[in-house]
Amino acid sequence: MFETLILILDSTVRLSTPLLLACLAGLYSERSGVVDIGLEGKMLGAAFGAGAVGYITGSAWLGLLAGIGVACVLALIHGFASITNRGNQIVSGVAINFLAIGLTGLLGQTWFQQGGRTPALPDGGRFENINLPLAETLSGVPVIGQIYSELLSGHNIIVYMAFAAVPLTWWVLFRTRFGLRLRAVGENPAAVDTAGIDVIWLRYRAVLICGILCGLAGAYLSIAQSSGFIKEMTAGKGFIALAALIFAKWRPGNAMFACLLFGFLDAVAIRLQGQEIPGIGEVPVQFFQALPYILTVILLAGFIGKAIPPKASGIPYLKERT
Amino acid sequence: MNKPITTQELETTAQPAIELRKINKRFGPVHANKDIDLLVKKGSIHGIIGENGAGKSTLMSILYGFYTADEGDILVDGKKVAIPDSKTAISLGIGMVHQHFMLVDNFSVLENVVLGAEGGANLSVGLASARAELKRLEDEYELKVDPDALIEELPVGLQQRVEILKALFRGAEILILDEPTGVLTPAEADHLFKILEVLKNQGKTVLLITHKLREIMAITDTVSVMRRGEMVATRQTSETSMSELAELMVGRSVLLNVDKTPATPTNKVLEISNLNVTDSRGVRVVKDVSFNVRAGEIVGIAGVSGNGQSELLETIAGIRHADTGTLWIDGEEIDLAKNPLDPAQMRQRSLGHVPEDRHRMGLVTKFAEYENSILGYHNDPIYSRGLLLDIAKIKELASGEIEKYDIRPPNPLLKTANFSGGNQQKIVLAREIERDPTVLLVGQPTRGVDIGAIEFIHKRIVELRDAGKGILLVSVELDEIRSLADRILVMFDGKIVGERTADADEGELGLLMAGVEGETK
Repeated sequence: MFETLILILDSTVRLSTPLLLACLAGLYSERSGVVDIGLEGKMLGAAFGAGAVGYITGSAWLGLLAGIGVACVLALIHGFASITNRGNQIVSGVAINFLAIGLTGLLGQTWFQQGGRTPALPDGGRFENINLPLAETLSGVPVIGQIYSELLSGHNIIVYMAFAAVPLTWWVLFRTRFGLRLRAVGENPAAVDTAGIDVIWLRYRAVLICGILCGLAGAYLSIAQSSGFIKEMTAGKGFIALAALIFAKWRPGNAMFACLLFGFLDAVAIRLQGQEIPGIGEVPVQFFQALPYILTVILLAGFIGKAIPPKASGIPYLKERT
Repeated sequence: MNKPITTQELETTAQPAIELRKINKRFGPVHANKDIDLLVKKGSIHGIIGENGAGKSTLMSILYGFYTADEGDILVDGKKVAIPDSKTAISLGIGMVHQHFMLVDNFSVLENVVLGAEGGANLSVGLASARAELKRLEDEYELKVDPDALIEELPVGLQQRVEILKALFRGAEILILDEPTGVLTPAEADHLFKILEVLKNQGKTVLLITHKLREIMAITDTVSVMRRGEMVATRQTSETSMSELAELMVGRSVLLNVDKTPATPTNKVLEISNLNVTDSRGVRVVKDVSFNVRAGEIVGIAGVSGNGQSELLETIAGIRHADTGTLWIDGEEIDLAKNPLDPAQMRQRSLGHVPEDRHRMGLVTKFAEYENSILGYHNDPIYSRGLLLDIAKIKELASGEIEKYDIRPPNPLLKTANFSGGNQQKIVLAREIERDPTVLLVGQPTRGVDIGAIEFIHKRIVELRDAGKGILLVSVELDEIRSLADRILVMFDGKIVGERTADADEGELGLLMAGVEGETK
């Protein structure tokens, strides 16, 4: 029983990682007042970029860099549309999602001729799992040893980056000048402007950070979790991350727990696939897949506290005639 | 802790803190600022007064780097400067308290103060030193605020204080306040004036933008008057008078008293009996109110804001639900509790309503003028052709109203948001009066309206009375009630506590409004 639990938790960590990265990406963007429904598209673009470059160069790190590059380009498109040109942020985000689905499929087929996939990565093209020191030695120790060697050890570098990004994001947001301004611009950009700070540049920086984190999330999918890009491999993770962001009320610590919860549901769903639960029978996988959304809807309906988004999110900033 | 003015400070007054030379600014066809010259003495409180839309805010936005002037020079402390953005203005020692506060609601006072002047990338260091500096400023200028309080939990008076602290924290020597008392209670406004005195005594220069003559007379040393984008006069406050300034503002003499003949009331057109209303918080806000309005008279309801007048007006208009109460309009009996009518049905019974808050209830500010001119009456067959609205006809009728009510700019296609307060009010008034109502409810007809428009609006209301209509006027401006109404009802705590004639003593009315009882009708 304990071992089953450890296994489920271990897979929870793996499944939560891309959600967490995307969720933090969305957090930076939305905290600055730019709603980002295009997390999904940026992740997908990054996954493809990372998979393609990882395959061609045989270097996971170059693959990661390419993934981040693709996501940042898409982020800048979103920024150009919604910050510079003050367009509708939802429309721009949706456009990026479709752009990513179409382009990755088309380029994947044209370049690699495998129905939109990239070929399996060569050695070195994929991030390998890292065994923490003494993991082997301690694996025999009951409970603590198992938790250390199974749960904490043996993940790839991006997993550790994702979880390190949580306290880092908290620190940036609440302990730095940049964070103060970022939070302020998402609440009242006019206050930021009259304080002599450039609203446009500030929001661009937030959107770029969003791109970098989406890049990590996408690369994780194609060159860390699996070995190569598969068509539409994000499978809605960007939207679940968005749900997690609302669930977390735009706070980094909460974001981690929300993503772990959603990852856990996913892990349980996989575990229970085709299995009978005594007294209940077979639980459809779809039920677990739908749970994150159901929980978010319940939250939004006001049953679990209140989710108040940054006040200026979604509203382009225009210096008005006063 | 007012320091006495030293000789050194007196010497510096020779140099003007700000000098503007031939400032020009155009927004498309609108010439918002025309050849503006201005001298502001160091260490003085300089008022700039003008009607809404006279170009005061534009001029100040130019000074604060929000807009750049098309032509002209700005001199700060005698040196010619360019102010392309707010950052530059701040570094030149110019601070501004905007009409709508530029604060982040869910930030603490301290965080708002440091925003943009954090003193380093690491916030905790900056916040710690800012806290000490804030303490010093609070003591020096008598500006007490809890640095850890959230803005959204503070009353507006304190929020404004945070704005002033923000400017001082950035080392402002020149402080611009744009319509600072618009959102304040009279007590808060008095407190603000004390703060401004302290600032002046500490050698700061204050620029006060307002359209309220009283404030100019009370606090400023010098006053400049703007009219339609031009600077028309500058006076020493001690050497001018309210009537002279009012005349300069509108460019002609203003009738501060409404010219009207005694009323000749006839039959009752509106009668209210035993009205009780409870608001959404469950508090009874209108208590046992009974009164009537006759054709050909203006009945004014005086009272301090928040004593049930708004709810009374809204209930009569059909917007709010009553607990008990009967209403007769032109003889027809309506039970307000059991069978209330909705606002549209009330309108069909020839009850016009100029709501207290034109932005919330009177207009859809994103709609064009002509669209607003039929709001509430849009189902009237005269506006439609078959199933569709007869746009051409609506525009034509709107143009007629624009001319008749001198609405400026005379453009029925312009969004109502782009009209000044006075012109917006005229749009609402025109819509309601032109339907020739038997009874007109008027709430705060001149709130946020400039003097020229006030005069016009008052005249229209009196004309309607003289045409034999019944008018119920609610206003928190006692002067307005006294000059317009033929009969005055005073409301306090939801009750009508007294009825007086129009020539009632101001002091006596004041006592009634304050709820001082022991008087008999």
